[in-house]
Amino acid sequence: MTLLDVVNLHTHFISRDIDNQVRTAKALNGVSFSLASGRILGIVGETGAGKSLTAQSIIGLLRPPARIVGGSITFEGRELTTMPDAELNKIRGEEIAMVVQNPRTSLDPLTRVGDQLVRLHQVHRGGPKEASHKRAIEMMEAVGIPDPKSRARSWPHELSGGMAQRVLLAMALMNAPKLLIADEPTTGLDVTVQAQILDLLRDLVARFNMATMIITHDLGVVAHFCDEIAVMFGGCIVESGPVRDVFAAPAHPYTRKLVAATPERFRMGSAKSLSGQPPDLYNLPDGCVLQSRCAHATDLCKTPVPNIEVAASHFSLCHYAGKLDANPAGQVQA
Amino acid sequence: MIQPVLKIKGLTKRFPLGAGRVVNAVNDVDLTIFPGETLGMVGESGSGKSTLGRVILRLLEPSDGSIEFNGQDITHLPIGQVRPLRRDMQMVFQDPWSALNPRMRIRDLIAEPIKLHMKMSRSERDDRTEDLARRVNLGSAYLNRNPANLSGGQLQRACIARAIATDPKLIVLDEPTSSLDLSVRAGILELLAEIREETKAAMLFISHDLGTVRMISDRIAVLYLGEVVEQGNTEALFETPAHPYTQALLSAHLPADPSIKVSRHVLEGEVPSPIALPLGCKFHTRCPVAIDRCAREVPQVIQVSTGQHARCLRIPDGGNIIARIDQT
Repeated sequence: MTLLDVVNLHTHFISRDIDNQVRTAKALNGVSFSLASGRILGIVGETGAGKSLTAQSIIGLLRPPARIVGGSITFEGRELTTMPDAELNKIRGEEIAMVVQNPRTSLDPLTRVGDQLVRLHQVHRGGPKEASHKRAIEMMEAVGIPDPKSRARSWPHELSGGMAQRVLLAMALMNAPKLLIADEPTTGLDVTVQAQILDLLRDLVARFNMATMIITHDLGVVAHFCDEIAVMFGGCIVESGPVRDVFAAPAHPYTRKLVAATPERFRMGSAKSLSGQPPDLYNLPDGCVLQSRCAHATDLCKTPVPNIEVAASHFSLCHYAGKLDANPAGQVQA
Repeated sequence: MIQPVLKIKGLTKRFPLGAGRVVNAVNDVDLTIFPGETLGMVGESGSGKSTLGRVILRLLEPSDGSIEFNGQDITHLPIGQVRPLRRDMQMVFQDPWSALNPRMRIRDLIAEPIKLHMKMSRSERDDRTEDLARRVNLGSAYLNRNPANLSGGQLQRACIARAIATDPKLIVLDEPTSSLDLSVRAGILELLAEIREETKAAMLFISHDLGTVRMISDRIAVLYLGEVVEQGNTEALFETPAHPYTQALLSAHLPADPSIKVSRHVLEGEVPSPIALPLGCKFHTRCPVAIDRCAREVPQVIQVSTGQHARCLRIPDGGNIIARIDQT
């Protein structure tokens, strides 16, 4: 039973330029995935691929000029894209929680951290303040904050980066969410602290049976902490599937480039084939978004691309998925 | 005997905070780099990596110790006499967006060090600028643009072109690939490796990313609270790390391949403040194998194997190896 279903999601930035002409940046172009309780999905991709925008679309945090122009997002059978804000506010912070990249800027600098946790609980659950406070201390303990009673009285500026990230996690857990979205949860942290936070996150997912989305550009995090992976490029999920399968046999040319660029696989002398410009979102080509950077591209790639299942629940958005090895670069004929 | 490009001894940098308090950013560091060699320097944030890089180039004044560059002691050289030496020591910074003057064209930015350090006619300088742009694979169309019109990878290529413009003997690279995407990062590392091959320049590669450091370095030094706790040849250090901190740091690194088993030791707590350094061994507050002596005695540098040195009291009794927890 899936908890979250995203189907053919299109999010565009629609604005007017200096000549009052409408300009549309097609930032998300048909994103589809689903996520079940207790599963961890890792979303990877380069800057501008649409990772964070996917998260913001789900939780309803898009600001103009960004707008969902097509597709649907269902959470436990409820449609989120058309839900009024008042109703969405009940879900956000309660059933769906989010942890963002920069922990210190997302805490209120003028409120003690314990009070911020209490506030969140009060907004959604109400009840006596003492009960909320007790819950806050429990959650701070659950995320491994030493001496939570006195830490609850700290100000955000007194916390280190790792501690602040733990507070945000505690805050996300306050109302026992069903879905946790973590946008680059460890990017600003040191490796030893990153290891602590990720271990904690995995324990919490198992304990509370949450569905979790981790957005990251670190393939190491995905390889060791996620069940499933979705690779994004140019606002599309170009490849998705179980982590082990995708790393063992990447089927999309972009995923292959990405995996080949990791320190574990990288061989000096191969980098020239890896780089290239991100696609121009204002002027996307017909068909495949990768075609200008892909060594395998042919005329066929200018036509709509099928999402091919290359192995059990392992999909690749490519005309030549599963056939790349049989056809060396440039040799593929339509 | 080949002369080292850089030899630092007992280098220390303290920042006064007033009221008698000081930040001990770099503590008693000894390092040597030979021509054509790349020394990787790893450590967590606040370990003093960047400060050390800057003190070496005299961008910051050292508090103690000595810096020998090309056989010349530059520790107390008046800054006016250091400047001409900067032709031979260049730096590449982490954030290429803020390292380049946004009002200048890429062409002028690359030509600037040539203008400052080399006597060249305008046409020679233009030729060299274009050669350099070609060398770093930056299309000549970009030369007449401003930094705002280039991507991060292209800007970092321009920064590298600037750094190699005067054929330096030492290049300090402070997290040169941290702000770049994975596929772009691979290209920059490859370029650096080619440049090292061609120019035999020595490089000090500062990074917190162990995967990257392993790809490019001949030797690695591990910094903790401003102190080199271990240094050695890249493979030796990765295969048989001696210092408990190195072991923990390496085990926290996640290889981007789910089929590689990870057995880790997660360190408790966080790095202590450099204002109030722990007595004795600086790592003892977080060290899983610390004994009473570690809190009292400052460990001396011990040779572990050929070219591998570490500062740990537990090495002689073999108690320095920390247990690992197997993970999937």
